[in-house]
Amino acid sequence: MSGHDSKYFSTTKKGEIPELKEELNSQYKDKRKDAVKKVIAAMTVGKDVSSLFTDVVNCMQTENLELKKLVYLYLINYAKSQPDLAILAVNTFVKDSQDPNPLIRALAVRTMGCIRVDKITEYLCDPLQRCLKDDDPYVRKTAAICVAKLYDINAELVEDRGFLESVKDLISDNNPMVVANAVAALTEIQDNSIRPVFEITSHTLSKLLTALNECTEWGQVFILDALSRYKAADAREAENIVERVTPRLQHANCAVVLSAVKMILQQMELITSTDVVRNLCKKMAPPLVTLLSAEPEIQYVALRNINLIVQRRPTILAHEIKVFFCKYNDPIYVKMEKLEIMIKLASDRNIDQVLLEFKEYATEVDVDFVRKAVRAIGRCAIKLERAAERCISVLLELIKIKVNYVVQEAIIVIKDIFRRYPNTYESIIATLCESLDTLDEPEAKASMIWIIGEYAERIDNADELLESFLESFPEEPAQVQLQLLTATVKLFLKKPTEGPQQMIQVVLNNATVETDNPDLRDRAYIYWRLLSTDPEAAKDIVLAEKPVISDDSNLLDSSLLDELLANIATLSSVYHKPPETFVTRVKATAQKTEDDEYAEGSEAGYPESSAHSADGPTSPPTSSSNDAHVGATRPAPAPSTSPPAAPVPDLMGDLLGMSNNSIVPVDQPSTTPGPPLPVLLPASTGQGLQISAQLKGQDGQIFYSLLFENNSQIPLDGFMIQFNKNSLGLAAAGPLQVPQLQPGTSVAILLPMVLFQNMSAGPPSSLLQVAVKNNQQPVWYFNDKISLHVFFTEDGRMERGSFLETWRSLPDSNEITKDLPGITVNGVESTLDRLVESNMFFIAKRKHSNQDVFYFSAKIPRGVAFLIELTTVVGTPGVKCAIKTPNPEMAPLFFEAIETLLKS
Amino acid sequence: MAGAASALFLLDIKGRVLVWRDYRGDVSAVQAERFFTKFIEKEGDPQSQDPVVYDNGVSYMFVQHSNVYLMAASRQNCNAASLISFLHSVVNVFKHYFEELEEESLRDNFVVVYELLDEMMDFGYPQYTEAKILSEFIKTDAYRMETSQRPPMAVTNAVSWRSEGINYKKNEVFLDVVESVNILVNTNGQVIRSDVVGALKMRTYLSGMPECKLGLNDRVLLEAQGRTTKGKAIDLEDIKFHQCVRLARFENDRTISFIPPDGAFDLMTYRLSTQVKPLIWVEAQVEKHSRSRVEIMVKARSQFKERSTATNVEIELPVPVDASNPNIRTSMGSASYAPENDALMWKIKSFPGGKEYMLRAEFSLSSITAEEATPERKAPIRVKFEIPYFTVSGIQVRYLKIIEKSGYQALPWVRYITMAGEYELRLI
Repeated sequence: MSGHDSKYFSTTKKGEIPELKEELNSQYKDKRKDAVKKVIAAMTVGKDVSSLFTDVVNCMQTENLELKKLVYLYLINYAKSQPDLAILAVNTFVKDSQDPNPLIRALAVRTMGCIRVDKITEYLCDPLQRCLKDDDPYVRKTAAICVAKLYDINAELVEDRGFLESVKDLISDNNPMVVANAVAALTEIQDNSIRPVFEITSHTLSKLLTALNECTEWGQVFILDALSRYKAADAREAENIVERVTPRLQHANCAVVLSAVKMILQQMELITSTDVVRNLCKKMAPPLVTLLSAEPEIQYVALRNINLIVQRRPTILAHEIKVFFCKYNDPIYVKMEKLEIMIKLASDRNIDQVLLEFKEYATEVDVDFVRKAVRAIGRCAIKLERAAERCISVLLELIKIKVNYVVQEAIIVIKDIFRRYPNTYESIIATLCESLDTLDEPEAKASMIWIIGEYAERIDNADELLESFLESFPEEPAQVQLQLLTATVKLFLKKPTEGPQQMIQVVLNNATVETDNPDLRDRAYIYWRLLSTDPEAAKDIVLAEKPVISDDSNLLDSSLLDELLANIATLSSVYHKPPETFVTRVKATAQKTEDDEYAEGSEAGYPESSAHSADGPTSPPTSSSNDAHVGATRPAPAPSTSPPAAPVPDLMGDLLGMSNNSIVPVDQPSTTPGPPLPVLLPASTGQGLQISAQLKGQDGQIFYSLLFENNSQIPLDGFMIQFNKNSLGLAAAGPLQVPQLQPGTSVAILLPMVLFQNMSAGPPSSLLQVAVKNNQQPVWYFNDKISLHVFFTEDGRMERGSFLETWRSLPDSNEITKDLPGITVNGVESTLDRLVESNMFFIAKRKHSNQDVFYFSAKIPRGVAFLIELTTVVGTPGVKCAIKTPNPEMAPLFFEAIETLLKS
Repeated sequence: MAGAASALFLLDIKGRVLVWRDYRGDVSAVQAERFFTKFIEKEGDPQSQDPVVYDNGVSYMFVQHSNVYLMAASRQNCNAASLISFLHSVVNVFKHYFEELEEESLRDNFVVVYELLDEMMDFGYPQYTEAKILSEFIKTDAYRMETSQRPPMAVTNAVSWRSEGINYKKNEVFLDVVESVNILVNTNGQVIRSDVVGALKMRTYLSGMPECKLGLNDRVLLEAQGRTTKGKAIDLEDIKFHQCVRLARFENDRTISFIPPDGAFDLMTYRLSTQVKPLIWVEAQVEKHSRSRVEIMVKARSQFKERSTATNVEIELPVPVDASNPNIRTSMGSASYAPENDALMWKIKSFPGGKEYMLRAEFSLSSITAEEATPERKAPIRVKFEIPYFTVSGIQVRYLKIIEKSGYQALPWVRYITMAGEYELRLI
């Protein structure tokens, strides 16, 4: 069976459109059909054939199913751009939805649901109502999905017209495909609704389990995925459910198997009998192994999931490590994932065989894979104490092959092995030193230098070795410089002779005077001061025994693991990230003709007050009006001119000739009156310690404003703070300095923060996880929110021209819209003042029927700009916010911020 | 947790859109094309790239078939396993329709492609992928009739894989039991992995709606029936069934009962991880006589009973990349140098059990060696073969009962064959 449709692509003469127009209106059926095919061909290659809309729609009333399908396809594509003409099609749709042929009835309702034009949607309701009750299951299954489509366009309409009830009725339909599609539709609607829409009761449960046996493979996946959120009442019910689901493990479709595994794992959490659990684990192993015979892309998904499963239930595949051995022809992405699982399954029992495999991989050609294999050997050494020695000897064998990147990678992991087993394997240092000259990667160099410093007393020529690196100190990357600094200090403390003394002077000089890197400079100053005040104390500190490391680097946090396991088979389980970090719901908005709107906007432009115009990036924003002065500005001067903080002794300045402004003021009690800070750690959880905190921006600097209240019976001291990796890389700029806190007292702190220090990978999230400890209590963890508006910088103002240009240059996919239904803008002036105070700069305003449209610009550090359009009717609730930005993934954070700003 | 695809793209080898179907209006072709062309241009070899990629708010999942990419895009947390399986099913449907799925055939049939994309997926949810049934109501030009078609009952039936009213003069079933032996031997000559993946491949030419029942020498079943199983029964470790098999029934009493699709399909696949002795053993000795000459001596031995014979044996021996001027002698079969694979291919048409054959080859090497030590490509020795009338597992079809209400007699034909799957010996 083969067609010759390609001929329809080849008519690319001039005057094509008029020619097509003529053919579309031909009196001959065949000619019309050919013309429609040509139109679709043109559409396929991306030509705009929307001007033929009326002519194509005229061909819609036909008995020919093929032609009808093509016209429908055309409508799906162009109805949005011709909403007024699309109405012409409605009659035929409605008529088709009552055609005697079920294929045509279904086609009509399916296509109508795909046309996102309000006028069409209104007419969809009646046909949809009929089709949901159609005699033919083919029509009903199509109608079920159509309800989800309609919900996506107009949720209210679905609720008002009672479609939810109709779809719920379909759960009891006698046709399995209808049931499956109804489940898919309801699950999706539930995901987008705040109210409970689709609750699985024990009644629906048994209906769905029955349908499971009869519907298509795809339908089985919908049902299993929906059921995996069902919480069984007790262990017995859970066992019963599992019994009904286990036969699915024998299905040939891998997606069915994975969804069944997900469901079984969920129910297993409730099952108490160890026998049953053991038995289920035994049952799941063979199907999981068989997934590795599927197509490589599916293997990849399976392996990412198995990675999660073995973290929760290591026994399932404990004896199956061999199936994860890499085959020569496995794609590299499969090999990488297999390696990760091999490390997780490695044990004292199988380590010899595993090491033999890793060694084999370490001599392959793909550099990334080789590196990962070498690293894997190191991780096994750290994980399995009894095998460490064997791992090291394999690493040494690999170093002897003298392949440059293998050697470097080996040295990196050997450093970690030393940190895990201090004072055990130094005998191999001599071998490592032989490769010193070949190291050219920063991480490898840094690792080697660390080893030399750490074991300086046992390496006869440690000073020579380090000296060889010192020559190039200024050119080295920061990572290497930091290690060189520390290693030299260690060397000096261990061998305080003339050579090292000279070296340390060179290093300290280099690191303090000749560098711009604040980390390096600060560390150097600290060493310098330590060495000059009390060398013995320096020894105690620098050469102190270090905690032993362990290999938990690749294990997920338990609650995250729970969440990911509930999402087996989905993208979330592939990324190992919770869904909310990457799911972006973007409502498809109609194409705008921005140029016109802006032209209009600038004519009716809002007069800009002169105070807004040319503020330099460093000067604080000056408010043009005095009435709406929200929050107090601090009268204190900018940090750069503030006196040095009290605890820093003068000695240091003298000793190092350091100017005061090179250190950040470590803390200053907040003098800012204002609304109370939100309580993040209530006294009830903190054993009497209450912590309130909020991020604040002041004079271009970010602070974490904290309030500590001690309601316990004992004095608390030794406070420290730590921030987990987060989307903006927020970290404390200095240590937290809280004086001893007597019972019943409180202290407010302004902790200076820096950005982009510890960035978390992945899509942005507003979550900021904070840990605070003191000497008396356990570590407290609490969550805060990153409010983006704190970070809006003063250089976020854009000229109207550049705003327009930027808006146009960004693709439409970078435009994201959100409705803020609960927000009312009352006074325009006061709102604008408030926004400008938060560095959200007004650009222009225009009227659009009864609505006001405002344009703003804002910027966050690293130059990420936001172009903002707010649409609202002043005085009535509801604001529509559209933004365009080169970094659309930041949109969720931005919307949270704008909501806060407008609310306050 | 739910989620569906936003759009489905068929792209050419450079990542340009050939045909696409928008299901949700939230991922545009321009956006997807921009991402994917950059992606494959940047990475060079897309086969080495993760098949699931996140870019700018959209997740892309793709598979490749000849010179075409099939890609699903989603903004939600969709079921990745299901969508990727679906893409593979789409490949199969297109292959059924156009014989070959490639850029050319998609262009030649774009009208049908659109129709199929509309039928196979709705609003991003996979719907129906039974090629045989689809072709009953979506036809290519050559077969199209003017009268409008109706959806076959099968599309929504519990038996979604077979239409009613099929009629054959002669009712026949062909059942091939095909076992693939996967083996991995490490540098020490140890078998570190071996398993057998079996498939029961059926071709049915049966009238009406036949009820079939298949009996295997499955130990669990035979023991449950209280039969003695002296050495004949086998343990099937993991069995996967075609969707026509009633899984709940199998779970209950190990009965394999089904109404088969019409034509060819895989009834079941199974896996055994019992240690098997390598059926064909290959040993190689490499001697570098000088910087410029290398000699390879290879022994191949068949380690199965003499009454069986392996056919179409192909042994792929890796040789150094810079080898040239081959001089090859064999005691059986023919050998040729395939420089494009850096390998020596030794082909033996017929290799009876319990025999040993030799190969000796000499190559010249370029005497210039690189300054820096770079790792040599370490390909394993790979072997392909087929052994008819033989299975490693000892699986036997005890009976295949076919009952149809019209009461016809059907003839089942059963064949057994063993072949090499992933057969790798890291011995060189």
